Amino acid sequence: MMSISEPANLPDAPGTTATVLRTILWQPAGLIAVSVVVLFVLIAILAPWLAPHDPLSQSFLSINAQPTADHLLGTDQFGRDVLSRLIYGSRNSLIIGFLSPTLAALIGGTLGVIAGYFGGITDRLVTRVIDMLMAFPELLLAILIAAALGGGFWNVVAVLTVAFTPGFARVARASTMSVKEEPYVEAAIAAGLRTPIIIVRHVVPNIAAPIVVLLTLWTASAIRLEATLSFLGIGTQPPAASWGNIIREGLSNIFATSWPILAAGLAITVVVMAISILGDIMRDILDPEIN
Amino acid sequence: MARYLFVRLLDSIPTIFLVLSLVFLAMRILPGDPAIAVLGENARPETIAIFREKFGLNESLWVQYITFLRDMITFDFGTSLMSNTPVTTLIAENIPYTIELTIAAMIIGISGGIPLGVWAAVNRNKAPDNGFRLFSLVGYAVPDFYLGAILLIVFALNLGWFPITGAGDGFLDRLHHIVLPALTLAMLKIAFLGRLSRTSLLEVMGRDYVRTARAKGAREPRVIYRHGLRNALLPLSTGLGLSVLTTLSGSVAVELVFNRPGVGRLLIDAITERDYPVIQGGVIVFASIVVLVNLMMEVVYVLVDPRIRVK
Repeated sequence: MMSISEPANLPDAPGTTATVLRTILWQPAGLIAVSVVVLFVLIAILAPWLAPHDPLSQSFLSINAQPTADHLLGTDQFGRDVLSRLIYGSRNSLIIGFLSPTLAALIGGTLGVIAGYFGGITDRLVTRVIDMLMAFPELLLAILIAAALGGGFWNVVAVLTVAFTPGFARVARASTMSVKEEPYVEAAIAAGLRTPIIIVRHVVPNIAAPIVVLLTLWTASAIRLEATLSFLGIGTQPPAASWGNIIREGLSNIFATSWPILAAGLAITVVVMAISILGDIMRDILDPEIN
Repeated sequence: MARYLFVRLLDSIPTIFLVLSLVFLAMRILPGDPAIAVLGENARPETIAIFREKFGLNESLWVQYITFLRDMITFDFGTSLMSNTPVTTLIAENIPYTIELTIAAMIIGISGGIPLGVWAAVNRNKAPDNGFRLFSLVGYAVPDFYLGAILLIVFALNLGWFPITGAGDGFLDRLHHIVLPALTLAMLKIAFLGRLSRTSLLEVMGRDYVRTARAKGAREPRVIYRHGLRNALLPLSTGLGLSVLTTLSGSVAVELVFNRPGVGRLLIDAITERDYPVIQGGVIVFASIVVLVNLMMEVVYVLVDPRIRVK
């Protein structure tokens, strides 16, 4: 997308994890983005200690309360503490957001490497299916599959994984095809290395950069998609909280209080924005050609 | 041209087939008996037996699959389990609202996004450009249902400028109802199309023919629009097609926020009510629209860039 500022003092040997991390933290936008992500991950991990109330405990004595010292973001139509639901909701949103693109990268990456390395009929078949699935926007594909499959944690993970797999497969395939022509791969083949070893040692490390960039950018998409599916009622199922279904329940109670909607939506926006900034910076460092 | 299109049309058949198979698989993969899912745990065994017979659930999976494919290809989606209305009627009633919303959002998105992108490109790295970058960063991060909810809270609920639910009757009333949902969907279009026109314009503005145009003394607006933007149209036309599709998928959530009728709304309601024939019908309609839009994109592509036809 865009780098907020040009990376200052690019280190001599880009590519290793440490140098990438240093370059990100070097610039203000990167530092802020990393801090936001770390903060939210900590909130998700420490939810039981941070949440002032039980996110599921209902109290009919304090329904639709406006923010007070006891309930910093007020309560919802069941008298549940909104802040606590928000804190617990970060768990579902973040776990699904990180898990599904990772699974998709593994599955799609494997398919793409196999198709790109071996070519032939496998390649044609994989490319064909990728092209067909890529015709659909991820959200629509996710909605269509979730429509048939229904909600729930693992279903959402499965749906998002299917939605993201073709993209990873396409990138992995293209990168593998270009890496395969490199002299070091030819040398490895000439040296008589077995094919699986060539793929693991010489191909995979050299196509990792674009995959990692995509993984970061799509983690942001996955968090937004999970929220959308939960909002539509086909993601995380109540009473479990997720940022999307907090907004869904808030909308049916909009005449009483709008705090749940405003807070949950802000959380989604901030996290998604931080992760996409990170993705952009990483793309600028690792994969300058795409830009 | 006709032959090219025909080949493309044939090409889309496997896509439809794949989607149909995915839908069938997903619906049959569900643990538990669809009959119990629809009729409830406490349904009498006789009722369940009748249901299973009526929907062919006693047949083998292959027979069910073939029957399913045949029904879908002949647009026989069955009748809704809830309202007993034919699914085709339900879709026909709802689809105009979705189309209307998509068109309105696209009009706002194009007329906002392209000029903004041009403005940002012309003022590269100055205040307008930086402002636009920030705008598009936020525009990409805000989920449209959240943006819709904010617009609803501020402009409909608190200020009372716009109606809170429904789609309205008569032209002016419908226009009044469509403003907020269309704006919601348009925001992402403005960010997306703006950024696309910014980058493609910047790419073109460095070319020789633009320099030649300037050297000939053409005025700057003419250079930008006649020599620059026209040559940036190719990536933009792809972006437009993509935009239609994301608007369509966004409309599902936005219809829910503004309580508007539409195919997305129909699909979501059907999911809540486990109305399987309507779910199937809705999914097929969306998949067909995607294939159709992709096909139209190909046509536009060939029209804008005749070189493709030769390949």
